[in-house]
Amino acid sequence: MKILGTITILLCGGLLIFFTSDFPDFGDPKSPASIHLSPYFIEHTLEDTAVPNIVTSVLADYRSYDTMFETTVILTAGLACFLLLRIPTKEVTRRYYLHEPTGVTLRFDGDRYPKGSNVFKRIDSNWVPYDIIINFTCRLLIHFIQIFALYVVAHGHYSPGGGFQGGVVIGASIILFAISSNLRASIKRLGEKAAAIFTATGVFIYAGTGALCMVIGEHFLNYSFLAPLLGTDRIMARSHGIFIVEIGVAVAVMAVMIWIYYNLSSAGKQDEGL
Amino acid sequence: MILPIDLIVLLLVIISAFAAITVKDLLSASLMLGAYSFLLCLLWTVMGAVDVAFTEATVGAGVSTVFCVAAIFHTTRRTKD
Amino acid sequence: MDIVSLIAAKANYWTYVILLMVGLYAMVAKNNLVKKIVGMVIFQTAVILFYVSIGYKKGGTLPIIMHGHDHGHGVDSFIKAADYINPLPHVLMLTAIVVGVATLGVALALAIKVYQEYGTLEEDEIRKQIELKG
Repeated sequence: MKILGTITILLCGGLLIFFTSDFPDFGDPKSPASIHLSPYFIEHTLEDTAVPNIVTSVLADYRSYDTMFETTVILTAGLACFLLLRIPTKEVTRRYYLHEPTGVTLRFDGDRYPKGSNVFKRIDSNWVPYDIIINFTCRLLIHFIQIFALYVVAHGHYSPGGGFQGGVVIGASIILFAISSNLRASIKRLGEKAAAIFTATGVFIYAGTGALCMVIGEHFLNYSFLAPLLGTDRIMARSHGIFIVEIGVAVAVMAVMIWIYYNLSSAGKQDEGL
Repeated sequence: MILPIDLIVLLLVIISAFAAITVKDLLSASLMLGAYSFLLCLLWTVMGAVDVAFTEATVGAGVSTVFCVAAIFHTTRRTKD
Repeated sequence: MDIVSLIAAKANYWTYVILLMVGLYAMVAKNNLVKKIVGMVIFQTAVILFYVSIGYKKGGTLPIIMHGHDHGHGVDSFIKAADYINPLPHVLMLTAIVVGVATLGVALALAIKVYQEYGTLEEDEIRKQIELKG
């Protein structure tokens, strides 16, 4: 298998390298990829949408069908992870508790844990004492990461960034919280149900904006028909429409990242985790 | 774009890709994949694709490394090849 | 064509082919499932490298219109397409990266499921267990 695979791959690679001589030179402004469609986008983005960042305007306006179904794909991926891994753990199994005044760890089988007491703290089975430096640094950083993420989402029209990047950064900040403290504390703040609802909401914002355009005007995802609702002219309406759609993308991507992380890091139990 | 920087980064990308698939420990492999993603992020910046570089830095180097480590935490680090 | 301009013109394409081969080799010949997934990620990024490479223009700047903030939505007659890098491959690849991490999550979930079922990630051991069962 190894030898056969190596021979096949070397043959394919040799063929591909041989045919790179037919490719246009690297950096050639006259290459076929750069002369058909993209000059229109570059020259008309300001007069069509008033968005200087061409990537954002192409992503959310000229090719917004593409982006809408990409959002659907990541929703499907989050759902697939959930359906593959999630196990509902109704029965209470072996759990470990730290007796805080003395620092002794106790193991309770089943539901023999004394319900009323508040001197015990639930810990994971592979618990190690948390490092105070890591804990404190992460707690300080998370706010700034989230503010930066909101800036990235809102400023995607004028600088690199947009819904995908900002959403991933917010999701990463919550994953950082889950790593630095523990998974249960993170699930208590943003649970699995909330993540699922946020994912669906993000996709709904995107598709709903398109449907609203269709109800008011005539074309799906043509934001210029939103102008009477937003109280601006048709060009600025496209700019604002891009912003609404980017918010939908950011919410969906954030929630999917958190959802997949919860399921992966606890192997579906959502009880103990990384 | 400056040609020597481009060539050095391309070489480093190839080296880290080889390292990611040859190292005999899955945790090291996933961390090498994170390093590979950071080098690719540098490459996109050199080629002027700043949006792609931003996405690669957040998604490829940040979140996907965490996913790999989380999966290895629940499976095993051991590998034969 | 001398050697330096040949390297300058084709180095990115050669690198993309080499990364493609590395990823495909890991997917075909490696025995461990996580190694196969790592190969899949490398394969994906090789395709992304190809797309970003064909969009590059020598002498072009980033695909963000210069002084776009000042003009508002006035018509600019002096925007030339040759001054800006082709943004279309960037858009396609930006979404491809995010979808890539979502599929990576699904692949790792499958690997965890396989490990829970068979207690190993090695392909030959899994195959042996399946043969013993059936």
